Amino acid sequence: MTILAFTVLIALGSFVAGFLGALTGLGGGVVVVPLLVLAFGVDIRYAIGASLVSVIATSSGAAAAYVREGYSNIRIGMFLEIATTVGAIAGAMIASHVTTRTIAIVFGLVLLYSAFLSGRPQPDVPVDPTPDKIAAALKLNGSYPAGNQMRSYTVHRVPLGFSLMFGAGTLSGLLGIGSGAIKVIAMDQAMGIPFKVSTTTSNFMIGVTAAASAGIYLSRGYIDPGIAMPVMLGVLAGSLLGARVLVKARTKWLRLVFSAVIVVLAIEMIYNGFTGKL
Amino acid sequence: MMHPTLDDRGIEVIIGNLLRAGVLAAAAVVVLGAVIYLSRYAMRPANFSTFRGEAAALRTMPAIVKGAAHLHGKSIIQFGLLLLIATPIARVMFSVVGFAVERDHLYVVLTLIVLAVLLYSLLGSGVA
Repeated sequence: MTILAFTVLIALGSFVAGFLGALTGLGGGVVVVPLLVLAFGVDIRYAIGASLVSVIATSSGAAAAYVREGYSNIRIGMFLEIATTVGAIAGAMIASHVTTRTIAIVFGLVLLYSAFLSGRPQPDVPVDPTPDKIAAALKLNGSYPAGNQMRSYTVHRVPLGFSLMFGAGTLSGLLGIGSGAIKVIAMDQAMGIPFKVSTTTSNFMIGVTAAASAGIYLSRGYIDPGIAMPVMLGVLAGSLLGARVLVKARTKWLRLVFSAVIVVLAIEMIYNGFTGKL
Repeated sequence: MMHPTLDDRGIEVIIGNLLRAGVLAAAAVVVLGAVIYLSRYAMRPANFSTFRGEAAALRTMPAIVKGAAHLHGKSIIQFGLLLLIATPIARVMFSVVGFAVERDHLYVVLTLIVLAVLLYSLLGSGVA
């Protein structure tokens, strides 16, 4: 294959990944790495480097839209970023000490888990009305628009959420993904933050988390301009378009299909990891 | 005096718009690099299946800037990616200013910690 054909095909694939990722809220990063590795035979280290860059583009590019909606809580995001950025550095360090086969298997397992999470209904966890001292001291409690009034919420189990965020950061640094699904779990399930607030705050944290490991990947030579260029441009264009045409009625069906694709990719990543084909 | 969350949101909207401008600028630089890169390498065979690691010229900031100044396609793409990596770091810097304006000393400190971690990663890895 010539470089021109390779560039165009990867840009198209990344565009579709970014588009579906934005429509389903699962993020384009999760399918970009398996797409590059399984369909194009790209070395997983280059794939992770390119995915990390595209994750930053999606997060920073969508920040303005999310902020305007008024759901994201910048104090929760900033406080938890201490955990995710330190975790991301740890993950990038681990990445250079484990085999690519191990990374492929871990990647497959994380994919399976994300597919499982997206297939499940996401009810808001019943809110514990007792105030939490740490959350109050850190001024994490906030409010968000519900209908035409503001609904206030309180934040709980801060140490647990903080620890989970460290884990989310580590996976982000190890696998070059946004770990949005795990960030949402930490906020929504562990800390009792409303789902809408969790997802939008997570989006804003993803770029900062990825930036913490991007420098390490660049200096190690994992970010190849020939791969990162079509991936970044494709995912960015796809996610910007996906955010525009987001049709609520069809997302449920789309999520199901996208989750099925993710499960297939996950199994293939794990299989290839075990048989040593990567 | 305004409600504190309204202040937060006003600052955040400005930051969000700056970030989007940064991403679009980075994408434009990457496109420029892509045109030069493809005009030179389009018909060569693609081989990304073996990991060689990038050349030193594409791994550190001074080398990338130097290559980009010489209009090397790959260096210009890499420069665009550096701009992109800088956008979340810029957001954290703006947030420090935002919290300082609001006189929220606790969050000035917490945000500075995040900034320190990001800069530590960038400087410690030898990119800068």
